[in-house]
Amino acid sequence: MAKASVSPSAEERLILTKKNRRWDEVRGRSLVTICAVIMIAATIAVTVFLAQKGLQSFTVNNINPIAYLTSANWNPTGGENASFGIFPFIFGSLAVTFLSALIAAPLGIGAAIFMSEIAPKFGKKVLQPVIELLVGIPSVVYGFIGLVVLVPLLRDHFPGIGFSLFAGVIVLTVMILPTVTTIATDAMRSLPNSLRQGSLALGATRWQTIRKVLIPAALPSLLTAIVLGMARAFGEALAVQMVIGNTRDIPGSIFDTAGTLTTIVTLNIGHTTYGSIENNTLWSMGLILLIISFLFIFVVRYLSGRRKI
Amino acid sequence: MNSRITDRIATGVFYTIAAIMVALLLYLFYFILSNGLPQVTWDFLTSPSSSYQAGGGIRDQLFNSLYILFITMIITVPLGVCGGIYMAEYAKPGKITNFIRTCIEMLASLPSIVVGLFGLLIFVNITGWGYTIIGGALALTIFNIPVMVRVTEDAIRSVPKEQKEASLALGITRWHTIKTVILPYAFPGILTGAILASGRVFGEAAALLYTAGLSTPTLDYGNWNPFAENSPLNIFRPAETLAVHIWSVNTQGLIPDVREVANGASAVLVIAVLVFNLLARWLGSVIHKKLTAGK
Repeated sequence: MAKASVSPSAEERLILTKKNRRWDEVRGRSLVTICAVIMIAATIAVTVFLAQKGLQSFTVNNINPIAYLTSANWNPTGGENASFGIFPFIFGSLAVTFLSALIAAPLGIGAAIFMSEIAPKFGKKVLQPVIELLVGIPSVVYGFIGLVVLVPLLRDHFPGIGFSLFAGVIVLTVMILPTVTTIATDAMRSLPNSLRQGSLALGATRWQTIRKVLIPAALPSLLTAIVLGMARAFGEALAVQMVIGNTRDIPGSIFDTAGTLTTIVTLNIGHTTYGSIENNTLWSMGLILLIISFLFIFVVRYLSGRRKI
Repeated sequence: MNSRITDRIATGVFYTIAAIMVALLLYLFYFILSNGLPQVTWDFLTSPSSSYQAGGGIRDQLFNSLYILFITMIITVPLGVCGGIYMAEYAKPGKITNFIRTCIEMLASLPSIVVGLFGLLIFVNITGWGYTIIGGALALTIFNIPVMVRVTEDAIRSVPKEQKEASLALGITRWHTIKTVILPYAFPGILTGAILASGRVFGEAAALLYTAGLSTPTLDYGNWNPFAENSPLNIFRPAETLAVHIWSVNTQGLIPDVREVANGASAVLVIAVLVFNLLARWLGSVIHKKLTAGK
């Protein structure tokens, strides 16, 4: 059979081509290394610039950092009596984060166990796409639905005006549920089958196997799932901002309005003059957000170091 | 209590949880689509928004969203794919690789409002550009790069080792192996991931509020000169996207038909994300079939 002259052989195409040369290797390698360096540079730039800007309210405006973090009095436009205490917002951020994690964790891990242990086929065919679509819904849409459905509902059936810490918690719960479920499902699925078989062979029921064997084995990864969900809840801005009411006081009950670091920054950073003292204190809140999101990473790292299986 | 009964109860609880999640999604989609779809008319999609009168559309916002997405992906895809290639093929285990991995994790976990703040500081204030499309796209790049790196790295790692080793054994250089053997095999995975990431970028608002801004100048869609003030293609103009529009009409809007506009815009946004999702699945499986079984 005559060799087809139109298309070059694999040998010509791959080995003898001019492109298979040392010089090309060097060029390609440099190209991808530069991209890796860009990622490092981006991380460092974000950290350095936000830190430098966020520290200005302490270095330039001479605000006492301790008072800034612990005072409950936020009154940036008070002129002579202006005071900059962001404790209510730190409290608000932590409250919505922990409360939503408290609701989302059992639901998410339950759904993960359902997908990996109870009904894997149904889980893969129905629940998995459901969760992927829930992840895809943009956060403003969650906020909007919270605003037009949840807030009136709370106003009619509970004390308060509807805009509340509780509304924020519910919206965040729905938002982090898919995150927790996805990671927890991966954790459950990666458990070796011998664990299940060994436990069932000893006569344990499925629930006993799940509770006594599988959950303890997957615990560090399940905690990772919860922490990543919390990180998402902590950093979410717009959806919470639309339903929480954005007041400057520490909420007395979960049906009171509140404010979080993200919502106050979102609302005010566009209205204040760049470089003014109020503006600088908002940048400091941004820096705190950055630091806490880094803390979440360290917690996740610590947890994944403790993974047993 | 009898352990068998406990087992039954637990199973029931798990079924309930699964049912709650499915019901939640069905309710959300039902709510968005039943309220939003009646608003989505050709007129709604093609008329400009109004700042105080009823009856405004979302033409400019829709265009801005797609345009910012396009520019973001032009920057992110090459950077992310190259970064992924580096992490999968060139990075040697050690301190530097660990550090890069930590950096990627940190970028991935940045709250989007923090990315927005960084964008505001660098691309708006320090450069002096003001609110611009390119500023928004660069902020979204920071937000999107870790996703693209991870997607590429996973796709490359799923390439069978034999393929790569066979190529290297023939004396083909590493880079040429990557281009001719690894990337074609990993392509469906990368494409699927890129489309899913597009859905995420399309719905992002917090990072864009203070980088691309809350307003759009009057645009002339006949003007294709990218340097003209009123050209839609000008990357140095402010641009309110669809997701930002939903937020701004609800929190600071003056129009009387806030609900209608927000309903319609939400429906468009969710449908777009749905389309991205289905497209990713479909393209991924089609290309995979073509590359593996076909020919």
